[in-house]
Amino acid sequence: MSEFKQPYSEKEFEENFSQIKPLMSETEAYYESSRCLFCYDAPCVNACPTGIDIPLFIRQINSKNDLGAAKTIYNSNFFGYACGKVCPTEVLCEGACVYNNSDVKAIEIGRLQTFATGKAIASNKKFYSPAKSNGKKVAVIGAGPAGIGCACELRLNGFDVDIFEAKEKPSGLTVYGVAPYKITNEEALDEMTYLEKQFGYKIHYNKKISNKEGISSLEKNYDAIFIGIGLGKTSDLKIKGEELENVFGAVEFVEQLRMNHHKISVPKRVVVLGGGNTAMDAASESARMGAEVILAYRRSKEEMGAYDFEFDLAKSVGVKGMFNVSPLEIIGENGKVIGVKLKSTIDGSELVEDCNWVIKATGQSKQKEFLSLIDGISLDEKGKIMVDKDFQTTNKKYFAAGDAVSGGKEVVNAVADGKKAAHGISELLLKK
Amino acid sequence: MANLQTNFAGIKSPNPFWLASAPPTNSGYQIMKAFDAGWGGAVWKTLGVPVVNVSSRYGSLNYRDTRMMGFSNIELITDRPLKDNLREIEEVKKRFPNHAVIASLMVETREEWHQIMKDVTNAGADGVELNFGCPHGMCERGMGSAVGQEPKVLKTIVSWVKEVATIPVIVKLTPNISDITRPAVAAVEGGGDAISLINTIQSIVGVDIDNFVPYPVVDGKSTNGGYCGPAVKPIAMNMLKNCAQHPQVNIPISGIGGVENWRDAVEFILLGATSVQVCTAVMHYGFGIIREMIVGLEQYMDEKGFRTLDDFRGKALGNIMHWEDLNLKYKIVADINEDKCIGCQLCYTACEDGAHQAIGLSDDPINRKPHIIEENCVGCNLCSLVCPVEECITMERRDNGKENLTWKDRTLAGTIPKTFNDELAGGLHHWVPEPGDALKKKKPLHYQSPSQIVK
Repeated sequence: MSEFKQPYSEKEFEENFSQIKPLMSETEAYYESSRCLFCYDAPCVNACPTGIDIPLFIRQINSKNDLGAAKTIYNSNFFGYACGKVCPTEVLCEGACVYNNSDVKAIEIGRLQTFATGKAIASNKKFYSPAKSNGKKVAVIGAGPAGIGCACELRLNGFDVDIFEAKEKPSGLTVYGVAPYKITNEEALDEMTYLEKQFGYKIHYNKKISNKEGISSLEKNYDAIFIGIGLGKTSDLKIKGEELENVFGAVEFVEQLRMNHHKISVPKRVVVLGGGNTAMDAASESARMGAEVILAYRRSKEEMGAYDFEFDLAKSVGVKGMFNVSPLEIIGENGKVIGVKLKSTIDGSELVEDCNWVIKATGQSKQKEFLSLIDGISLDEKGKIMVDKDFQTTNKKYFAAGDAVSGGKEVVNAVADGKKAAHGISELLLKK
Repeated sequence: MANLQTNFAGIKSPNPFWLASAPPTNSGYQIMKAFDAGWGGAVWKTLGVPVVNVSSRYGSLNYRDTRMMGFSNIELITDRPLKDNLREIEEVKKRFPNHAVIASLMVETREEWHQIMKDVTNAGADGVELNFGCPHGMCERGMGSAVGQEPKVLKTIVSWVKEVATIPVIVKLTPNISDITRPAVAAVEGGGDAISLINTIQSIVGVDIDNFVPYPVVDGKSTNGGYCGPAVKPIAMNMLKNCAQHPQVNIPISGIGGVENWRDAVEFILLGATSVQVCTAVMHYGFGIIREMIVGLEQYMDEKGFRTLDDFRGKALGNIMHWEDLNLKYKIVADINEDKCIGCQLCYTACEDGAHQAIGLSDDPINRKPHIIEENCVGCNLCSLVCPVEECITMERRDNGKENLTWKDRTLAGTIPKTFNDELAGGLHHWVPEPGDALKKKKPLHYQSPSQIVK
């Protein structure tokens, strides 16, 4: 009874994963931008972690200055395009739109944002060029939103920047971790190419820093180091059967799906464990791959960490929620999953849910092993890197931002904080 | 039940909605289609010696997503031979004998006026409209607005026409003149049976900023056009009022300028119009808009208890005074309905920057609802006009309603300010902030340049 069939071609994959915030046409953008009230001290701006002057860029679109609008956006947020597509606008800018206080639909700010920035990317409009070199070098570990955000701002201040990325593509979770119906790989990567051309930082791909020597070499060759490594693998549940074939971590599953699209084969029944936004993504994606999906969460529906609209989205593609159940054991046969034993957290009763796959969306581990390579970096009790207001760590040479610091927030938060860390680095290295 | 029957200077039509002389009345085909749709009358596209037109011919003023709120054209009078038009007039009248067909005319010499009057009368036209309004092209040739701007010439030509007229003669006036009542009075003096106004306003509707040429573009060049559409309605209504209130203009008036729905029509009738003429709205939406216009007008009349159009014609005129006759004691202040307010703060910024600094914001940043500082409020209305929510900001009366004192009264009593620093200045004790306070005021974060923002 799934709404979708397993896709066997790229075209079928694209149909199953059609964009939930598709690009606006000129006409749609013009009409939508006409609706903006141009509020004073607009609440949408205050709701944006990067503080984009939203009424201004919407007014620019409406006066047919799309590239001017794109510049307004990029001035505040280097991931302008990606954020327009992947931000939870429902709880940020669009959630703050005053139209919500009447019976009028909020302005589609996210889609207007991608409309304008998409034009800048398509026309390769150059808004920025790096400042004259100030002689200082900064290493950035991780080419995700925090790292790229930091690198762009550093280049505007004349720093030489080398980015070391463990994977083969930039943008971090934007390309590896966000649900495919939010942004396509091409879209995410086009913006990265667009930024790289303008800012001229160097990204070294497939360069995982994983030992003391790597760290020492960075410390020797760079004046400061920025850590934007995000989070690690999905945490273990520590229950029986976890080692079985066909038990996956949600982030690992999403990454495989993002990279291999229709070449991934999802079986008939999938149980997703968890109640956060990643769980919703994994559940929605499994359903769009043609599976029947049960989302099992140990507390009530109301207590889920996911945004309401994310659960609604999952439900809309046929995902069924099961609440107040916690996993006791993953049951296998011949090394493969055949079901999950769940226990009611209310009355203790047990049941077995048949399935062929189990996806664990129960949180990601911190990259403690990597961080232990660096002397003097303190982590809090949850393993998050401790930073001050300038995003400087307890080792003064190191700055950090993004999920490794926040424990897991939105792309937009990582970009904003990466940029602020760049200011911190400037302060440290240029203050004489 | 409301009766929309109209008798305009002897020209009868089933309702007061006429098509203005313009592209929608270019042919018998269009006019038959319009009558079939419900229009009461039509003023035929101006007849005369046929012209040669250019392309393109139109330009539009769009306001945000509203298209054609203003419209400009450089099309001339009919480019079709007179005999074709006459034949079609005859055919339309035969099929629709109770509808009004009015021939718009524009020729030069007395002989031509006499000849064309005879021709259209023979074809069965119910009346004629003399086009003394067209402000582009034809005026360069001494016709159209060139006549309308010269009351003496206008009067002479009207009298030529009246020498032979056996059907009512309407004189169409140009708004491109400082006092519309002068040509209106001249039309009366020349013997005109009615006037119609306004024709289009001379305009440059927009400029192509990439190619440095105004719209509409004709092979890289342009010329001034005639402006019409909803944007000109306020100008048209003021001119209508001026004519309707003028003691010598005692002939019926057909109102033209931005009429597109029943409300517009009611407003024109309240200001003294006997019929209304429509063009731009039809060019935008087609003849079908008549359905809404007729039903809306009937409903309004039924609700108000008006049986005929005469029952409310000119009813607003008595309430239009000179400024000096307005009551200076009348005092209203704005009131914000907190339940309806959505917190856009447009009223705040409008009053703060564009009026009298009479709206304040809460110190609590969570509370976005502004409040009125009543002692500063002059009752100007601006906040209620910018508010995007219906009925959220209302103007509340504060005077006792018993006193009436006008500028004229004060002039007679000698209590008006007379010197530059007079103690009687109306704003003498009105609070205004110190100029320097403007620079101390806290600005929203995003009003600064992005590089300054560190959140």
